[in-house]
Amino acid sequence: MQTLKLTRKEPLSPRITRFRFEHPEGAPLPVFSGGAHVMVEMQDGPVLRRNAYSLISDPLDCSGYEIAVQREDHGRGGSLFMHRDAQPGMLMQIGPAVNLFSLNLAARKHLLIAGGVGITPFLAQLPELARLGAAYELHYAVRARDELAALPMLPDTTRLHVSGEGSRMDLDAILSAQPLGTHLYVCGSARMIETVLDTAAALGWPGDTLHAEEFLAPAPGEPFEVACARSNRTLTVGPHQSMLEALEAAGIDAPWLCRGGACGQCETDVLSCDGTIDHHDHWLEPEERKRKIMPCVSRFRGRLLTIDR
Amino acid sequence: MSATPPPPAPIASRPRYARLQTRRCGAALMVADKSGAAALLALADDAPELMSKASVVLCDAAEHAPALQARGAARLLQTSSTAGLSPAIATLLGDARMGLQVFLAGAEGLIAQVQSQLLSAGVPLGAIQAEHRGTAARRMQCVHCKTVAEDVTVDPYICPGCGRSLYVRDHFSRRVGAFQGVCIDAETPGEVPESVEIRI
Amino acid sequence: MIMQFNKETFRGDYSYCNSPAAIRRFPFPFDRDEYMYSVNMEPHKGGPDGSVFQARFDVDEHYVAEMEDRAITLMRDPGRCQSLPHMTLAGWDLLELIMTSKAEDYPEHFELHRDGDRWRWINRPLGIDETFTFLDESTLPYGPMEYITRQTQGDFAVLDQREGNLWMDAGMVTSQADWSLDFDIGMNFFEWHAPVPRAAEMGIFQRALKFLLNVRQDTPARRLNWTMTVNPRLDTSPETYPEWGPEKRSLTPENLGQKQYLRVELQSFWRLPRSNGLAFPIRCYLISLQDLVTVPKWGRRFHRVLRDLPEDLATYKGFLVNRPMIVDYLSRFDDGAPTSPGIYPD
Repeated sequence: MQTLKLTRKEPLSPRITRFRFEHPEGAPLPVFSGGAHVMVEMQDGPVLRRNAYSLISDPLDCSGYEIAVQREDHGRGGSLFMHRDAQPGMLMQIGPAVNLFSLNLAARKHLLIAGGVGITPFLAQLPELARLGAAYELHYAVRARDELAALPMLPDTTRLHVSGEGSRMDLDAILSAQPLGTHLYVCGSARMIETVLDTAAALGWPGDTLHAEEFLAPAPGEPFEVACARSNRTLTVGPHQSMLEALEAAGIDAPWLCRGGACGQCETDVLSCDGTIDHHDHWLEPEERKRKIMPCVSRFRGRLLTIDR
Repeated sequence: MSATPPPPAPIASRPRYARLQTRRCGAALMVADKSGAAALLALADDAPELMSKASVVLCDAAEHAPALQARGAARLLQTSSTAGLSPAIATLLGDARMGLQVFLAGAEGLIAQVQSQLLSAGVPLGAIQAEHRGTAARRMQCVHCKTVAEDVTVDPYICPGCGRSLYVRDHFSRRVGAFQGVCIDAETPGEVPESVEIRI
Repeated sequence: MIMQFNKETFRGDYSYCNSPAAIRRFPFPFDRDEYMYSVNMEPHKGGPDGSVFQARFDVDEHYVAEMEDRAITLMRDPGRCQSLPHMTLAGWDLLELIMTSKAEDYPEHFELHRDGDRWRWINRPLGIDETFTFLDESTLPYGPMEYITRQTQGDFAVLDQREGNLWMDAGMVTSQADWSLDFDIGMNFFEWHAPVPRAAEMGIFQRALKFLLNVRQDTPARRLNWTMTVNPRLDTSPETYPEWGPEKRSLTPENLGQKQYLRVELQSFWRLPRSNGLAFPIRCYLISLQDLVTVPKWGRRFHRVLRDLPEDLATYKGFLVNRPMIVDYLSRFDDGAPTSPGIYPD
C-alpha cells in the first residue's frame, strides 16, 4: 500500500466519477500494464472498506493514477463513500497495480467488448494497443447516450451501441467476422459477460481466446460463525461482511491480494465443516473445495466452520 | 486468473491425443492420412451436421475420399504426401475466421507438422483436436544439428543430418513439431545400444 | 568497493578459480543433511552483507570472464538467445530492471543517466558507454533483452503470463544445466519442466505456478537449485553434449577434488511492469569439491546429501555414473559430527 493524494474528482457521466491520485511529493508512480487494478482503502466511519478499481490512465504515464467509479446506491458502500466523502486534497491508501486482465501480447487482433462502467480496463489498454500498433476493435454498450458524456477520448473507430436508442450489439455478426488469432476481452455486468462468452463458445471460439473481468463483490448472505483454530477465536461474519473482512476486523492475520476470488492469495485450509461452504471463487480446484476456502468471497451455512487461521 | 491444472502422467510435454469429438463451430478443418481417415468417418457418423461445414484434406488416402464425399464434406482436397500438405492447408486457412475448429487424425508426424503450421497461422491451440491413429513413428529433431527426421521408428536412430546416434526422448515441441533426439554415446563414444522399435 | 575481475576460462584449459572470498560466499544450497524438492521460495529482499543474496543482481569476480564465455557460445550458436516477436516489451522491462538495479547496487561499476527516454548506460568493467532511446529498438545494437543479458551474469528466461500459465517465450541461455532454449521456447511451465523426475507427482509445479502468477513488482522472490558438473564449464547444453559429455567420464579418485564441481543456481522471479511478464534469472555459481570441503560443515553435509540421494535424482542432476567415487571422496571429510541448520558456514 502507498499513501497517495486525491488531486482531482470530476463526473464523467451522471453515475460515473473520475478520480486522480498523485504522489504527495510529486514522485513518479510505478508504471503498470493496461487492465491492471488497484485496491483503494476507504475509512468509512468505523468501517474499513477495500475495493478494486481498474486503472484508466495511460500505463506509461507516471504522473498519476486514475480510476472511474460508478455510484451504486444499493451496494456495500464503497462507491457511495467515493462519491460523497472522498474529496481532492485527501490522502488515501492505494495498493500496487495488479493485472488479472492483461492483453494477450501474442494475439493478432484484440476484440474488446465493454458494457457500462466495464469500459474502464479498456481505457488503459487503448494507448498500449496504439503503441504496439496492434489491430483491435472496441464495442461499447451503454443504456443511454449521456453515459458517454465526458469519457476520455474514445477512438473514432469505437462501435457504440445505445440500448435506449434500440441499438443492440449483433454478437453473432461481430464474432463470426474475426480473423484467426483474435482474442476476445469482455468487461461488464455478469449477465453481459455470460451472454458474450456463451455466444462465443457456441460459434466455436475456444476458451483460451476468451477473457473476462468481473470484479466479484463479495456476495451478501446470512451471518455465520467461523472458528479460527490458530488464533483460538470464534468470529461472527455479518451479512454484508466477507470472511476476510471479519478476520481483519478481529486483527487476525490473513494474506490477500485481489479480494475478488481470483488470485489464490487468501487460500485457507478448512479444518472442519459442520454445514455447507458456498464457494464463490475462481481459484480452487474441484478436489480442493472440500478442504479449502477463499475467505475474500466465499461464505458458509450451518453450525460451525473451523479454519486454520 | 486461476492457474491451469497440471496434466496427468506421462511427462507434461508429451502430446496428448483423444478420440475426436464434435464441437459447435463456424467452420471445420479436418486432416487425415490413411490411418486417420477412419477417425474422420467415425466423427462424421457421430455428427453428420459437422461435415456440411467441413473442409477435408486427405494425405495419401485417396481410397477414403468417396466415403467422406458421401458424408457431405463441403470441400475435399487430396495430397499424395505430407510434403504437399502445407500448401493445401495454407489455401484453406486463407479465408478462415475465428470459430474454426480443427480435427487431425493419423500418425504423430502428420499431426505434429500440421499443428505447427496451424499455430503459426494463428489458430488457437484450444481449437485443435488430434487423434493418434496408425504407426508409433515419430517426427524427431536432432538437438545437435537441428535436422528434422520424419517417420523415425527405432530408438536410437541415426541422424540424417550429422550421422550421430540419437536416443528418442518423450520431450516434444509444438513449435518445432517434433520430439527431441540427443546423442546417446556422447559420454562413451562408439558404445551404442541396439535399436529397439518405438512403441506407442 | 571496486572489485577485481578474474582472467579465466570456462572451457579448454579451464583456468577458472575461486578466491577464498568467493568460496566463503558461495551459495551452498543445503540447509540440512538431506535433499528433496520443495517450493523453497523466499522474498528476494537483500541478504547478509557480502552474500550473494545482498544485491538484486549479484556481480562477482567472475563477471568479465563469464560475459566473454557467453559471447563465445553465442557466436558458435546464435540460437541460445531468442525472443518471440511479442516479447520485445518484456525485454525493455528487463533492461530497465537490470540497469536501475545495478546502477544503484554497484555505483562504482555501473551508471544510468535518464533524461526522459534518452538514456545513457555506463558499464565500466566491460568498457561500455551507450546512449540510446528507451523503447526504440533501432537505437541499440541488439534487441533489449539480448543487449542487457550480454552484460549480466546468469541465464534469463523471460516468461509471458497468459491463460493462467507462464510461457517461455524469450531467453538468453548459455550456462544451462542441459536443456535447450531453441527446443523449449514456446512451452508452458509444466511442459518445460516435464523432464524433471518426481516433482510433478508431488504437486511441486502446481504450487510453484500459483505462487509465481502472483509475484508483484514489489515482491520479487528467489530460490536455490543445484546440479553437478565435471570441470567449471558453463556451456553444458544438450547442443554441445558431444563436447562436454566425454569429460564426465574423465574423473579419477586423484583428480576428482579438482575436477568435480557443485553447480548452484540462484533463481529469482521478477514481475515486469509494462508487459506483465515474469523475468526468471538463473545465476550459476561453480565450486570444486576440493574448495567446498575447506568449509568443514559443507564437507560433512554434502557427503550425507549425495550418499542418500535417490538414484533418479542423481541421474537427473547429472552425476550418477560418478557417484560412488564422489561419495567416497567426500566421506573423508565427514567425521559424523552434527551440522548446524542453515546454509551458511559456521
